[in-house]
Amino acid sequence: MHFQLTKDQRALRDGTRELLAGRFGRDRLRAAVGDPALDRALWRELGAAGFFALRLPEEAGGVGLGLPEAVLVLEEAGRALLPGPLVACQLLAGAVDGVASGEKIAGLCEGEREPVLWEHPADCDELILVEGGAGPPAHGAGDGAGGAQGRTGSAYRSAPDRVACAPFASVDPLTPLARVTGLPRTEPLALDVPRLRREATLLTAAQQLGSAARTVEMAVRHAREREQFGAPVGSFQAVKHLCAQMLVRAEMARSAVYAASVTESVLDVTAAKLLADEAAVDNARDCLQVHGGMGFTWEADVHLHLKRAWLRAARWEVAHEAEELLAAGLIA
Amino acid sequence: MDLTYTPEEEDFRARLRSWLGTVLPGLPAKPAATDWPGRRAYDTAWQRMLYDAGYAGLHWPEDAGGQGATPTQHLIFLEETERAGAPYVGANFVGLLHAGPTLAAEGTAEQRARWLPPILRGDEIWCQGFSEPDAGSDLAALRTRAVRDGDTYVVSGAKIWTSHAEVADWCELLVRTDPAAPKHRGISWLAMPMDAPGVTVRPLRTLAGSAEFAEVFLDGVRIPVSHRVGAENDGWRVTMVTLSFERGTAFVGEVVACRRVLGALARAARANGRWDDAVLRRRLGRLNAQFAALWRLTQWNVSEAQQGGGVPGTGGSVFKLRYSHARQELYDTAAEVLGAGALDADHEWVADRLSSLSYTIAAGTSQIQQNIVAERILGLPKGR
Repeated sequence: MHFQLTKDQRALRDGTRELLAGRFGRDRLRAAVGDPALDRALWRELGAAGFFALRLPEEAGGVGLGLPEAVLVLEEAGRALLPGPLVACQLLAGAVDGVASGEKIAGLCEGEREPVLWEHPADCDELILVEGGAGPPAHGAGDGAGGAQGRTGSAYRSAPDRVACAPFASVDPLTPLARVTGLPRTEPLALDVPRLRREATLLTAAQQLGSAARTVEMAVRHAREREQFGAPVGSFQAVKHLCAQMLVRAEMARSAVYAASVTESVLDVTAAKLLADEAAVDNARDCLQVHGGMGFTWEADVHLHLKRAWLRAARWEVAHEAEELLAAGLIA
Repeated sequence: MDLTYTPEEEDFRARLRSWLGTVLPGLPAKPAATDWPGRRAYDTAWQRMLYDAGYAGLHWPEDAGGQGATPTQHLIFLEETERAGAPYVGANFVGLLHAGPTLAAEGTAEQRARWLPPILRGDEIWCQGFSEPDAGSDLAALRTRAVRDGDTYVVSGAKIWTSHAEVADWCELLVRTDPAAPKHRGISWLAMPMDAPGVTVRPLRTLAGSAEFAEVFLDGVRIPVSHRVGAENDGWRVTMVTLSFERGTAFVGEVVACRRVLGALARAARANGRWDDAVLRRRLGRLNAQFAALWRLTQWNVSEAQQGGGVPGTGGSVFKLRYSHARQELYDTAAEVLGAGALDADHEWVADRLSSLSYTIAAGTSQIQQNIVAERILGLPKGR
């Protein structure tokens, strides 16, 4: 057992961080708040760097890496608050033409949610509808080969121009949303839906982890610099303890997310999403608190982390579903 | 990232499992929690069995009489012994996890030869004389004085929260040898025989009803200078060498045990109808995620220690902060499952609920741990 990043994995993480810092730094982030249309050039650049084709086999033009590597890359995207249907494109590369290279942008909709929400509706060239395939595993682990009822699921390709939408004011200024009212099942897609759901859940958790880790750094930097009562606020225990608890949440989420990327078990993925959601949301709140009044303004980036964390927490496995699944796992 | 075990590690696990299967059925019944002489005899007999089977001091270096096992093997040992219901380290705790590693790392050849083999064989029990009535979390504020008189130190003062003091043979004692020095300096580490004249032990009864620990009064106790480990006035550094061991691996077996209790709670809730309460069910589900992640964090920390040459990192503080609270949440949830049964002090889960209250205090309070995390890991400025 060696549950640590390998040298290659560290290099991948650092390289992704550098790429995103260069191409989606703070100025670009703030510009995206004013104009959330996705940057096609950046998307193609990410595609060229192998961002989406990470897990495709090399003979199919991919990088031939696995879920742990995808998790590390999505964690970095979460740190940088990179907008766009990143999870969808990561999972649909290979299944939908043009997605792997970044030429096309594909979105994913969960058919059972109410309302059914579509991220970045103006930017998607393809929309894939996923139905079924959720629910408790047959025996607490594995990938659903048990064939329990409703665990198969189905996926359809929908022509985006035929999707009926109602406006929806997204809480996250970086993620425009549409409420889908009518979705044509244009063409069935042969996808392993339970697996896709599991991976979507884990990759969403990975982004939450990145955000949770980033807000710890933001809080710590502010606490070291900001002075009150003649001392950095970070020298006060009340502030220190907020920061320490933020790190605890982030590190718990990290262990859970990384382990789930290795085992791919349903319960591990479920625990990872639950803890990563909690870490991202609570860390953003505490980061905001450490920033004081500044944290409540639009100028600080903290609210962008909080709003995206809320959005991700409402996607794929949500808290009450995860808790029920984990409870069921105790008596399986 | 890898969570599978090597064939060598699996082989180690298989041999350990088979040994446990042969010896555990023959163990005598566990003595009552309040029967300290009985507990000492039970715990030291178990240590002797480990010694004879080649499992004593597993993670100690070989030149200190240990097995030189890797952190992962140590993890497997703690996991398997807990899973099999083997005795806990108990009264041997301080010797095996504190004083022993300190002596191994900092002791002279004579000191190692004198004290390490009896610890490994279970012949001698150690206790820890660190905390004082006015120096608990602020350990460096300790005031017990040691005044040099030729070849001996004459020690006077008082220690508190000394676990196993009643049955201990030796005490790892922190004393102030230079009152004029800044408080972290001027401290020395001494091995004190508990039967020395001038040592008085007064048991303290805990809120759980048992006498887990004691106050130790020291009145002109004479300790040979040769019993000092490390240089005079260098005791703080010597102590810090071992504290990270405590936070690194002390709770591994307990996490395994907590996960077992959590499963038992779910089954009990299903049997008595409490399972129909969605709030309770969701709480159990959330605890499942917490303990699963604590186990992964343990594996992460152990792997990091293995990479770093066996010394546990600061991840131990992160672990302890979350674990101590999760343990309390677990037994609070047990009380919800038990209903009025949670008022029965004889129920195992109720006794564990009471003792769980110490976890956020012992081995560095949660507040001190948060300061450690904030200052040493996150680099926030020291407060005043």
